[in-house]
Amino acid sequence: MTKARFSIYRYDPDKDAKPYMQDYEIELGPNDVKLLDVIVKLKAMDDTLSFRRSCREGICGSDAMNINGKNGLACVTNVADLKQPIELRPLPGLPVIRDLIVDMTQFFKQYHSIKPYVINDTPPPERERLQSPEDRLELDGLYECILCACCSTSCPSFWWNPDKFVGPAGLLAAYRFIADTRDLATNERLDNLEDPYRLFRCHSIMNCVDVCPKGLNPTKAIGKIKDLMVKRAV
Amino acid sequence: MVNRQVVGAHYGLKDWIIQRVTAVIMLVYTVALILFLLAMPSGYEGWKLLFGQTWVKVLTQTTLIALLLHAWVGIRDLWMDYIKPVGVRLTMHSLTAVWLVSCFVYSLKVVWGL
Repeated sequence: MTKARFSIYRYDPDKDAKPYMQDYEIELGPNDVKLLDVIVKLKAMDDTLSFRRSCREGICGSDAMNINGKNGLACVTNVADLKQPIELRPLPGLPVIRDLIVDMTQFFKQYHSIKPYVINDTPPPERERLQSPEDRLELDGLYECILCACCSTSCPSFWWNPDKFVGPAGLLAAYRFIADTRDLATNERLDNLEDPYRLFRCHSIMNCVDVCPKGLNPTKAIGKIKDLMVKRAV
Repeated sequence: MVNRQVVGAHYGLKDWIIQRVTAVIMLVYTVALILFLLAMPSGYEGWKLLFGQTWVKVLTQTTLIALLLHAWVGIRDLWMDYIKPVGVRLTMHSLTAVWLVSCFVYSLKVVWGL
């Protein structure tokens, strides 16, 4: 039977003066495949350990954390692939509520700021607003985002200016609605983003692409927003 | 003054384009300069022959202007990323602008002084 060693960031603001790393060692059973399986087991050992989790299959985006220095979802990370001791920390750059749980208010504020819904004031048709299959294809690689915040919290520009820079997740969502043929607010959306902080803090270092557990490419989406701005301006 | 979060200055696209275009200019000039220097006789005579030509001076001056514009966008980005107090940031912006303009004036003397 194999063992796994962990070093986990612990912080309970009610009790601890400052955060510390706690070591754990645990026997791995035959069903302990994903990192989340093992953390759930750890919680059975030490019920003060706190983390978010829900669907445990990479859809809800709750269990995003910093795993051996790289953001990812615990539920889709194979524990066998990780170098030990496995170092778990909360997502960087956001305020820690407790242990691996961060306050995502700022992240969702930025997401809401791009108006993540179809804007179309024309009278709705009797059944639905249809898209051609080609138009629908434009949304692939954009709509799959689960808002786990792995990308935005791995982006230095978001670390330095989380209150002003929309961040990769928000910008990917912004382009998702710009690319949607049913949405008629492209100009307003571009106006909203044309700002040295909101969009142009992105320096295309592609940390977001590197960590996205869904394999999406926010940098490409940001590039397409910039392309549209150029097209509009020249 | 209320401490409001303000964004929406509605600029940035021009700077972003300038940064890319000036990068291309610098790249082209660098490659051309390397090729010319390899082709010219080495030493001071070769340099003087090359930089005595008016068109080389024009290209050099254009590239230097591109460099300064590129540096303006890049350094300003640094201040915007890391310097939070508005007063300090404005001071850094201004000092950077003054310094780059001074560099431009000096570059005129260097390029056209030969």
